[in-house]
Amino acid sequence: MTEKQSIISTRRSKLTLEAVMSAAFLLCGLAAVVSVLFISVYMVASGGPVIAKVGILKFLLGRVWNPGNGQFGILPMILSSIFATAGAILIALPTGVLVAVFLSKLAPGKLPGALRALIDLLAGIPSVVYGLLGAILLAPLIFKLQTWAGLPQSGSLLAAISVLSIMILPTIITVSETALRAVPKQYEDAALALGSTRLQCIFRVTIPAAKSGIAAGMALGVGRAVGEAMAVTMVAGNAAILPELLKPVRLLTTSIPLEWAYSSGLHREALYGIGLVLFVFIMIINAALSAILKKGGAHNA
Amino acid sequence: MNQAKLYTKDLHLHYGEIHALKGVSMEFPARFVTALIGPSGCGKSTCLKTLNRMNDTVPGVKITGKVLLDGEDVYAKNVDVPTLRKKIGMVFQSPNPFPMSVYDNVAYGPRVHGLKNRLALDEIVEESLKAAAIWEEVKDRLKKPALRLSGGQQQRLCIARALATKPEILLMDEPTSALDPISTAKIEELAVELKKEYGIVIVTHNMQQAARISDYTAFFLLGNLVEHGPTSDIFSNPKEKRTEDYISGRFG
Amino acid sequence: MPELSVSISSITAKKRRPQEALLYGFIYLLSGGAAALVVCLIVYVLAKGLPAVSFAFLSSAENPILETVGIFPSIVNTLYIVFFSLLVSVPLGVGGAIYLNEYAKNRRLVRLIEFAAETLSGIPSILYGVFGYVFFCVLLKLQVSLIAGVLTLAVMVLPILLRTAQEALKAVPESYREGSRGLGAAKWYLIRTILLPCALKGILTGILLSVGRMVGESAALLLVAGGSAMYMPQGSVFAQLSRSGSTLSVALYRYAASRGDNDTAFGIAAVLLLIVVLLNLLTRFFAGRLEKK
Repeated sequence: MTEKQSIISTRRSKLTLEAVMSAAFLLCGLAAVVSVLFISVYMVASGGPVIAKVGILKFLLGRVWNPGNGQFGILPMILSSIFATAGAILIALPTGVLVAVFLSKLAPGKLPGALRALIDLLAGIPSVVYGLLGAILLAPLIFKLQTWAGLPQSGSLLAAISVLSIMILPTIITVSETALRAVPKQYEDAALALGSTRLQCIFRVTIPAAKSGIAAGMALGVGRAVGEAMAVTMVAGNAAILPELLKPVRLLTTSIPLEWAYSSGLHREALYGIGLVLFVFIMIINAALSAILKKGGAHNA
Repeated sequence: MNQAKLYTKDLHLHYGEIHALKGVSMEFPARFVTALIGPSGCGKSTCLKTLNRMNDTVPGVKITGKVLLDGEDVYAKNVDVPTLRKKIGMVFQSPNPFPMSVYDNVAYGPRVHGLKNRLALDEIVEESLKAAAIWEEVKDRLKKPALRLSGGQQQRLCIARALATKPEILLMDEPTSALDPISTAKIEELAVELKKEYGIVIVTHNMQQAARISDYTAFFLLGNLVEHGPTSDIFSNPKEKRTEDYISGRFG
Repeated sequence: MPELSVSISSITAKKRRPQEALLYGFIYLLSGGAAALVVCLIVYVLAKGLPAVSFAFLSSAENPILETVGIFPSIVNTLYIVFFSLLVSVPLGVGGAIYLNEYAKNRRLVRLIEFAAETLSGIPSILYGVFGYVFFCVLLKLQVSLIAGVLTLAVMVLPILLRTAQEALKAVPESYREGSRGLGAAKWYLIRTILLPCALKGILTGILLSVGRMVGESAALLLVAGGSAMYMPQGSVFAQLSRSGSTLSVALYRYAASRGDNDTAFGIAAVLLLIVVLLNLLTRFFAGRLEKK
């Protein structure tokens, strides 16, 4: 090391290292973009051909799924997915919002912390465990209902809805709670000062003010329910027929793990095709989610 | 027996360790404007909020002494707080309209108190907006979001919203501190107009404002009610040295 | 001017609000029900599963001749998948977060990367399975193997790591950066010596969340890593990674759905739940520490 160090030379060597690191971090950041690009390309590339071969309308609107016979209609699966998701949201959304109200506004002392810990745990339980519990605990109850209705005992749409609604509950609770907490206190003060009771204040002012956050939670819940595969596979009964509450159903997601192992040729391609349809569904839900968040953000600004 | 509409007797308030009000006894007569003045943190806003129990929502608060409305103790166990707040309305420091339409803001109070009749609601909304001197400005956009109004308009809307529940007393917590001079003048005019029908209690750090619009003035310092009397006496002939110092601008 | 329909002259008349009482009751019932549900599910799984869990169950492989079951191979497969996926995704996630928070000047690029991460986190695992199969197993000729599972899950947990690392970096006070810059330190030096140590707990939280996701993952791995759970691990790490094999969650599915062996399935479920509870406690510990700082 010389006494008089040249500032120019050190700066250059530092700058080189800086440039290398900067480029390396940029590449890391681009990994997510590249992944999305690859996933999109390969979903289309693998799922597109079968839809072209079968014909898009015949594929989407066909009512018969019989791969051995060359019939690849997935309408029953699309409808079952929609019904199961709608049913799960119908149960989980009001429940989740009310529990979030309890957590954010009504629960005293340390109770919210304890309940939140349990809800986090619920979110962490693997989906196969939900499937197992659904098959062992829930299915026998529904069997009784089916016997009473004169139907054969089997997995059912009702079982799928029940399991899904529990699985998406933590998402809806957590997102709604955050949204409710973010409502400015001055709105609530004003409502109370006008002589609202605590509940009137919450239901007439706080929840409406938090609606975009709650909608975002709902969109996340929809995404999770539409995409869930294993738990549903274990309870839904998996018959590719048009959905009815107490009859077995097969969702978009469940065909893939069910038939994956023994499918080949056009049959395998049809499973890729189902994957592509599911992918499009998810992208639409994602777009709705970011539209909700953007609108909510603009509103708060 | 005290004949005032609303009065406090030896009112103490603690926030945890902090002793924020130290034995306040004063009255708030109907159809007059009473101003609470004093430097920041003196307890004037806290005192105001004890009157309609808005401090109840603050965790760790402890209140002793009495607040009596028409001879009934506001802090008694059997008090219905929503009914109390219906009778004692409140306007806050910064305008806080709800994120809904102008109409729905004003109709909010009547609705939570059980009024559903559309025509009656229309009438109350119009009366209240007129009483708050904002009807002419908003009558063509009742269905528009309240948050699009200007700050001064929002504050008058909040006054209309408070009037719509037919209060007997209106509390105003520094209602003009976030407003421009023109809007401030409008709110002041309005306060003077409103005292014909309501008892008004206004917290302000603006002494000129207190002198302009109030009939009675109370001066607070460090949680104590230092002096209280007709506004002209307080401003022209204060009995206490501390009041004189504050009014003449020597501190605060 | 019309009177409000319910106007009471005295404030000391407690109004009855039966609908509100009902609603309060309903809210408390649902909240208590949610709590009770979680506790009951966990207790049920442990009560039903723990009897099957023994040292032999944890340390041996299934033996069809002796008719004993063991989940040791699945445990090893799970560890492999978790470890190697993190090896790929942690540098990518943390590096990406550093880029977003410390280097990026182009707003549009930042938004693009954040959008991509959001999109990734919205894609369901079954689709990761389809993509992983088509891309890693077929196109890159990795076949159905643990390594294909490793790479697929690495992509899947990338957004979790990116987001938590980004939040942790955002929480580092700006004054540290200014202080370091004022001393003439270069950016990379600042990152290495100050930002990463400060963000470490946040990054660990992200790692724990990722581990939780991977341990519970089944749909994707069923397609890309396959299901044989039988054999004791043999050979080099590379040899093992290029074989197919099931993790604990996949094994649970296999036992419950294909074979109807619910006792073994509940045994595995109990083990999984214990892992989940442990990860939750650790996450709470780190997250709590992070908040206190």
